[in-house]
Amino acid sequence: MTGTFTWNLLADIRDMWAYDAMVNAFRAGTIVAVLAALVGWFMVLRRQSFAGHTLALVGFPGAAGAVWLGLSVTLGYFTFCLAAALVIAALRTGGRRGYSEESAVIGTVQAFALATGMLFVSLYKGFLNGTTELLFGAFTGITADQVTVLAGVAVVVLAVLAVIGRPLLFASVDTDVARAHGVPSRVLDTVFLLLLGAAAAEASQITGALLVFALLVLPPATAQLVTARPGRSLAVSVGLAVLVVWVALFVGYYSPYPIGFWVTTTAFGAYALTSVLTGRTRSIPRRAAA
Amino acid sequence: MLAQPFMQHAFLGGTAVALAAGLVGYFLVLRAQVFTADALSHVAFTGALAALAAGLDARLGLFAITVLVALGMGTLGRQARPDDVVIGGVFAWVLGLGVFFLRLYTSTRSGTGNGSAGVSVLFGSILGLSASRALTTALIALLVCAVLVVIARPLLFASVDENVAAARGVPVRLLGFGFLALVGTTAAEATQVVGALLILGLLAAPAGAASRLTTRPLPALGLSAAIAVASVWLGLTASYLVAVPPSFAILAVATLCYLGTVAVQRLRRGSAVQPV
Repeated sequence: MTGTFTWNLLADIRDMWAYDAMVNAFRAGTIVAVLAALVGWFMVLRRQSFAGHTLALVGFPGAAGAVWLGLSVTLGYFTFCLAAALVIAALRTGGRRGYSEESAVIGTVQAFALATGMLFVSLYKGFLNGTTELLFGAFTGITADQVTVLAGVAVVVLAVLAVIGRPLLFASVDTDVARAHGVPSRVLDTVFLLLLGAAAAEASQITGALLVFALLVLPPATAQLVTARPGRSLAVSVGLAVLVVWVALFVGYYSPYPIGFWVTTTAFGAYALTSVLTGRTRSIPRRAAA
Repeated sequence: MLAQPFMQHAFLGGTAVALAAGLVGYFLVLRAQVFTADALSHVAFTGALAALAAGLDARLGLFAITVLVALGMGTLGRQARPDDVVIGGVFAWVLGLGVFFLRLYTSTRSGTGNGSAGVSVLFGSILGLSASRALTTALIALLVCAVLVVIARPLLFASVDENVAAARGVPVRLLGFGFLALVGTTAAEATQVVGALLILGLLAAPAGAASRLTTRPLPALGLSAAIAVASVWLGLTASYLVAVPPSFAILAVATLCYLGTVAVQRLRRGSAVQPV
């Protein structure tokens, strides 16, 4: 970006934090990283990566539509992501062929959402650079107000997650047994999709709609490789996500290449390294339910 | 409308791609590999931009990288069926690389109106197809269809019941790889028509609709291709009449078809459940 890099890291950080924009970026990035790491952990466990990716992409038409109508971009992200979560929850059929059907639903929702986003972009003419930003993220434009909104939503999502955490874990690991024990797995499904939508909407604002995935999938997947115990694994996931965002912001500030590239590269590097060291790609088995 | 040369090219390329996407899509839905196709379509984006950044023809990068990544993902999964975490991880990074190449491309080769290159790769430019490109696209798409028709029976067997198929001597693993290569080719091709981000609609929506309407594989396969082709035709016509972007119109038609089948299915089920 702008600064010149010296090997005196402390001075570099002080230099970087002299800009309000960078301080806001670090605050927002940290909030988003914590949220994405926790919600993403359950997403990876439940094998709903595809749904998560779609919810993130749906943020794009939301934001583009908001820009077109002159509304707040943050509002656009949340409205569309949450609405898409409800649509996916309503259309999925469950049952034995659930996964195959579900993937067709999700794919359709995703492609249609992106096409809508493109329509908004073309309705709002002269928006080409903005498009790239919505898709691939711009961390410097974050205002203090946005940080407040991000923090508020994150607190709500984490509170809900804390309440439903245990039954959700049970339902995610073994749906049938959980249902037999009276866990309302269908309600949990819908609630979780909503949480995922909110987390994706938050993360979209930092990394852009296309790259949310790096934060939602990679740190949790890496953490689940390190340990199979839920508590520790969640902690590792959060730590890793925050680290990834910080490193990416730091490097992104001193290099001419976009932040999205650094976030994905750092996160993927950590995953690949762990996967090579532990010699596997997934550690927590899920009993086949669908 | 059809007197315009650019519409002729769009119809030629679009029809062929839709045919291939409809057929490949049906197997994707059957094998629950839609997510893989999604990842590959994003890889196509990176491939095209990497080639542009290196100053090569975008199509070369598209096909080479997409097919290579398709095969690579196959090696990571069991029986050439990649795991969703592997897919997610790989493609998050690939997209990141795409952004990197986009920046590289716009900063090194800018000045000739290239700022929109990324957007056109992402969302396609079907109306910009030249005669020769439309022809190449059509030929490749027909080739994909032909290969798929040849391997359709064993592939169907392997998709429905992998273990039994393997026991009966069907080369399940080889078919898995072959199919991934076909998906990669389709994704690379369709990128030129509807764009890297929107291929998924042509792959998933017609196939999803077809598999809701009938459980018999061959009619479903035909239906899926027919819906895909119809979406492209109606979408192109609509975009010609009401100035909306063609990619959006195509996807909107496909999505409506899917929603229509959901409604039909609900109605059918409703009437079947009623006590006599």
